[in-house]
Amino acid sequence: MTTREISYSEAIREAMAIALDSDPAVILMGEDIGTYGGAFQVTLDLIDRYGPERVMDTPISELGGAGVAVGAALTGLKPIFEFQFSDFAALAMEQIVNQAAKLRYMLGGEASVPVVFRMPAGSGTGAAAQHSQSLEAWFGHVPGLKVVQPSTPEDAKGLLLAALADPDPVLIFEHKLLYKMKGPVPEGAYTTPIGKARIARAGRDVTIVAGAIMLHRALEAAEKLAAEGIDAEVIDLRSIRPIDHETILASVRRTGRLMVVYEGVKSYGVGAEISAMVAESDAFDYLEAPILRLGGAEAPIPYNPDLERVAVPQTDGIEAAARSLVRGEV
Amino acid sequence: MADPDNRPFAIRQYAPDQLREALRRMYLIRRFEEGAEQSYMRGLIHGTMHLSIGQEASAMASCIELSDQDKITSTHRGHGHCIAKGADVGRMFAEFFGKETGYCHGRGGSMHIADVKTGNLGANGIVGGGIPIAVGAALSAKKLGRPDVTICFFGDGANNEGAFHEALNMAAIWKLPVIFICENNKYGMSTPAAYATAVPNIADRAAAYAMPGVTVDGNDFSAVAEAVHNAIARARAGEGPSLIENLTYRWRGHSKSDRNRYRTKEEIEDWIAKDPILRFRAELITHGILDEAEAGAIEAAAAEAVEQGIEFAKQSPAPSVTDVTRYVYAEA
Ligand SMILES: Cc1ncc(C[n+]2csc(CCOP(=O)(O)OP(=O)(O)O)c2C)c(N)n1
Ligand SMILES: [Mg+2]
Repeated sequence: MTTREISYSEAIREAMAIALDSDPAVILMGEDIGTYGGAFQVTLDLIDRYGPERVMDTPISELGGAGVAVGAALTGLKPIFEFQFSDFAALAMEQIVNQAAKLRYMLGGEASVPVVFRMPAGSGTGAAAQHSQSLEAWFGHVPGLKVVQPSTPEDAKGLLLAALADPDPVLIFEHKLLYKMKGPVPEGAYTTPIGKARIARAGRDVTIVAGAIMLHRALEAAEKLAAEGIDAEVIDLRSIRPIDHETILASVRRTGRLMVVYEGVKSYGVGAEISAMVAESDAFDYLEAPILRLGGAEAPIPYNPDLERVAVPQTDGIEAAARSLVRGEV
Repeated sequence: MADPDNRPFAIRQYAPDQLREALRRMYLIRRFEEGAEQSYMRGLIHGTMHLSIGQEASAMASCIELSDQDKITSTHRGHGHCIAKGADVGRMFAEFFGKETGYCHGRGGSMHIADVKTGNLGANGIVGGGIPIAVGAALSAKKLGRPDVTICFFGDGANNEGAFHEALNMAAIWKLPVIFICENNKYGMSTPAAYATAVPNIADRAAAYAMPGVTVDGNDFSAVAEAVHNAIARARAGEGPSLIENLTYRWRGHSKSDRNRYRTKEEIEDWIAKDPILRFRAELITHGILDEAEAGAIEAAAAEAVEQGIEFAKQSPAPSVTDVTRYVYAEA
């Protein structure tokens, strides 16, 4: 398979085109995904290539739109539903949480809801409290849903194709700051397995688990720490539900230190889940220092750019926290 | 001067000072938004913003009879509503510049601009988010025995949210003093109202909730003022809500990242020719409320106020980053 450099949003678009080409049951739904090309230009020209029958602009109706996608998925179609901003999934919680997630179970395995929800997420764009959240942990709390969070163009494509092949509802959290990021992406169809983390950088001194934009900040911090002789292992979480116990626990057993970095609000989040996973396992015996969580501030995302910056982990903060952890200052 | 009996509603209804003030605020809205746009291009404002240039009559005529006790709920396209309701452009700019002196202390920005003291309960980043809130404000007025009314602004796109339908129904069954004003500017982002909405006129939806519904030329100050006047009278008399649809148009793109692929240049130019401010200004001159020179002075004063507002914002202090969690909860 040949590989070329394309952006995260191009990779997602390529995955959608492959799906539209290969499976007549696939349709795209969402607000302004046609002529406008999507708020972040992810669907861009797909309307020109596949027409309005398969690239459907919905009215501004998140609850209804998500519900229509669920109903269509229940009965033979495979909708990819784009929330314009993942924050607006709050309007559609009923259909995602009470319906999509539970239908298979409530119906004793007789029904299947192969729907994919695309969720542009995260802060850093100056869009303030209602357009900047990282809500992936909310959905991680719901059995019946799968929740993934690609941090590279390659995984953005592979996880979307895996989500489409999956018989259950999958939410893909796409970080808005990554849309323009380029990286190597194989041509053609392939899948990235849901539920598998990836060691993005091997190291001996501390395990840093991060996803989406935080993966890149953690890698940057790790490079800086390397210059001081601190060797961090950085794990790209990729999947929040199911979560990859093995990769994380094995890494902690090797390094003896764990730090979890995530953009969502610190408390009750991804960090709590991963910390508890380690505390409940034999890997706990290998810890040489307390577990450290670095998450979002206990506040909505503010508009002022300096406040916005301090509201979520940044490279310098990750670097400093990892350094104190390794030096035994925590 | 025209025959008094045939004069437009607004000229008959309002004192000359009120009409001049209305024109002043419409110019203030226009100059404010142009100033915000320029400040954005100069990098003084970040994020995004939604300009209402071309929709000033709808905002101002809807608010002309309101006092500070009356409430409004606004939208992401809310600068006009905010100024029409009486906000200070200096504090608005300060908010856009992310300053502590801004209406939201730099936490909200354009999309959350509000001025609670003048009864503006806030713009909203969630389409349709303000509609049930307006009904709640009207419920307060009724239960607490206050005479105030609430004007609820929203766009044509918002009328397809479930919140719209649930809120209108409750306002109707409880006969609440709320006026729903749909600013139909033909598009929700790129999506034409004609495509997204099953009824030809959004006001037709009033029938489903047993309230009066009217569609008016939203660029005709007097037509909007008359429809809102009637709805306010009905609300204050305890007869319940109304739905008004103001047909208008936004000259600018949806937000700062709109390539305008869904509409034609000709359509935009047609609507620019229907400038609601020039139309109102000409009407005031025709009916002897002011002359050319006075109108020019009002316009110049608005531009001056905007310049001063930008200066105030520039000089204002930024919030301290250690206060990132301030205002999440009430302070003890
Ligand atoms: C619940 C929700 N869905 C989608 C959006 C994104 N969005 C912001 S404004 C807008 C269009 C709104 O159209 P309309 O109600 O007609 O108001 P206009 O922008 O035309 O003033 C959209 C889709 C949002 N902010 N909130
Ligand atoms: Mg509109």
